[in-house]
Amino acid sequence: MKIAVCIKQVPTREWQPRLNDDRTWVRDAEISYEMNEPDAYALEEALRLKEKHGGEVVVVSAGPSRVQQVIREALARGADRAIHAQDDALGRADAWAAASAVAEAVRLEQFDIVLTGLQSDDQGHAQFGPVLAERLGMPHSTIIMEVQIAAGSLRVKRELEGGWFQYLSMPLPALLTIQSGINQLRYATLKGIMAAKKKEIRVVTTAAPVTSRQRVLSLSVPQKSKQTAMITGSPADAAKELVRRLREEARVL
Amino acid sequence: MILVIAEQRDGRLNRATWEAIAAAQQLAGGAEPVGVAVLGSGIDLVAAELSAADVSGVWAVNHERLASYTPDAFVAAAADVITALAPSHVCLPHTYQTRDFAPVLAARLDRALLTDVTGVGRRDGAPIFTRPMFQGKLVAEVVAEGAAPHLVSFQIGAFRADAAARGTGAPVTVHVPAIGAAALRQQAEAPFQESKAAVDLSQAERIVAVGRGIKAQEHLAMAQALADAFGAELAASRPICDNGWLPMERQIGSSGQTVAPKLYVAVGISGAIQHLVGMKGARTIVAINKDAEAPMFEVADYGIVGDLFEVGPALIAELGKG
Ligand SMILES: Cc1cc2nc3c(=O)[nH]c(=O)nc-3n(C[C@H](O)[C@H](O)[C@H](O)COP(=O)(O)OP(=O)(O)OC[C@H]3O[C@@H](n4cnc5c(N)ncnc54)[C@H](O)[C@@H]3O)c2cc1C
Ligand SMILES: Nc1ncnc2c1ncn2[C@@H]1O[C@H](COP(=O)(O)O)[C@@H](O)[C@H]1O
Repeated sequence: MKIAVCIKQVPTREWQPRLNDDRTWVRDAEISYEMNEPDAYALEEALRLKEKHGGEVVVVSAGPSRVQQVIREALARGADRAIHAQDDALGRADAWAAASAVAEAVRLEQFDIVLTGLQSDDQGHAQFGPVLAERLGMPHSTIIMEVQIAAGSLRVKRELEGGWFQYLSMPLPALLTIQSGINQLRYATLKGIMAAKKKEIRVVTTAAPVTSRQRVLSLSVPQKSKQTAMITGSPADAAKELVRRLREEARVL
Repeated sequence: MILVIAEQRDGRLNRATWEAIAAAQQLAGGAEPVGVAVLGSGIDLVAAELSAADVSGVWAVNHERLASYTPDAFVAAAADVITALAPSHVCLPHTYQTRDFAPVLAARLDRALLTDVTGVGRRDGAPIFTRPMFQGKLVAEVVAEGAAPHLVSFQIGAFRADAAARGTGAPVTVHVPAIGAAALRQQAEAPFQESKAAVDLSQAERIVAVGRGIKAQEHLAMAQALADAFGAELAASRPICDNGWLPMERQIGSSGQTVAPKLYVAVGISGAIQHLVGMKGARTIVAINKDAEAPMFEVADYGIVGDLFEVGPALIAELGKG
């Protein structure tokens, strides 16, 4: 079983956005990065599939050279090797451009199964996986919470809204977008980190320019939809004031 | 024309369809007709329901292979009706089903898709869309590039269903799409709900919900004590349930419960849209978060910027005074 996992490097959760001078992007030189959360679950699922069915796990990421941070992390957690579609322009590119770059980089690999996260924490397109499936000519399913493989065919549990689920079957090769919570994550061990240093990262560059299907004209901080009464003071004072207002103003206690 | 793709299951229209119609009408601004396509099998009644909208026509895209949703069949059918009608934009509600098939549809048509859009406007005559980025910490103004049609999916709740203009009865046209059996690769089983929930949070008058700010499972005892002090049920954001710290039936949001209590106290929850859709109908919302910029404060009536490990115990003590 040859398994690909697509991972994106995104700003950490604690990161406070700061806009650049023309307000068309964030100051990316100041960002510290981490692995997109659902992608970590996709990686874990790939490692479990390999443990069950054998084969190899290949990490794939598109972006500037900085994304090798998350590639290394995935290798340390147990992926076997990596493919890095490298281009500085991929740092701000949309899901369409990233999926196109990855489609080119993996075309000759003949993966049996490709896993991605369901959505990126930075741009949040929720598009990359299905677009890549189409580019690779694979069937797909999204927001997956369980993966079963038997005799060349795949049965998956797809999450629906409001606590509903559905099983679907499809032939391999196929692409799945993985939802957070599908499994419990493992973390890198010291041994894994050492081993990762010797693993291969194949860097792929193409002459074709990176083209996105959408352009960001401006970024801004969202407007509040409600007047929020901010309650200040020491924790004890704030607690006292909040309780008073919930009793007397909002009348909900 | 601007074409809305409606969403129905078993003949029941998803209400978010009306939101997408409202968005399409706003995008059209009266300068362009709006049409609606609904995909399925035996969908006459849904088509009739949709014909109440102020639109130029309803297309009932009818095929037995659309009886239950699969992405391949829906992509084939949608591509077929879009090619026939040649709209300038295709509008969809940003549901799980849209997430599943619209990106493939856009790729097959080789066209742009903007997702999770919360607003539409025009600058120099050209449409501009707003959508959240960076987990709702920022909003972006974006334009689609390349040839029409541009596909746009609208965030649930961003437009009001009752803002969709009603008309005098739009004509319904049956459109039979070409869907080759060979092109259908997925086989879907019937949707189901995991075991019936033991708690019904939708009936709770007060809810205290905790998020990742709680940091470790051992601190849930404090969260429970806070809920008890408020006379509230304890609920959580998704990561807490993903970690197995609370059962999934206590998860609030698009993939969990939708609640509208009198009081909702969000403790250490950032306020991602998938969480907000599950609770923004609450009458009074309190946000407690150490980050003054957390999106949760945008919907809160009362906010305390502070460490939940200090504010939580202080509230327990205060409420204990009776
Ligand atoms: C298809 C889909 C469906 C989803 N469904 C749901 C759903 O149903 N429900 C849901 O909740 N999410 C859902 N999500 C996930 C959602 O996008 C967010 O990732 C999630 O809601 C974040 O949870 P959180 O706010 O607890 O964590 P975070 O975003 O990590 O926020 C933690 C917050 O705690 C604050 N904090 C940290 N330490 C402290 C402290 N000591 N004191 C006070 N504050 C502190 C931080 O400032 C931060 O704001 C879904 C996502 C997708 C893509
Ligand atoms: N540049 C990238 N490199 C590798 N994988 C990516 C990249 N961008 C997106 N992905 C994958 O696609 C998923 C969805 O991203 P998006 O379509 O941007 O919401 C992510 O969870 C990743 O698994």
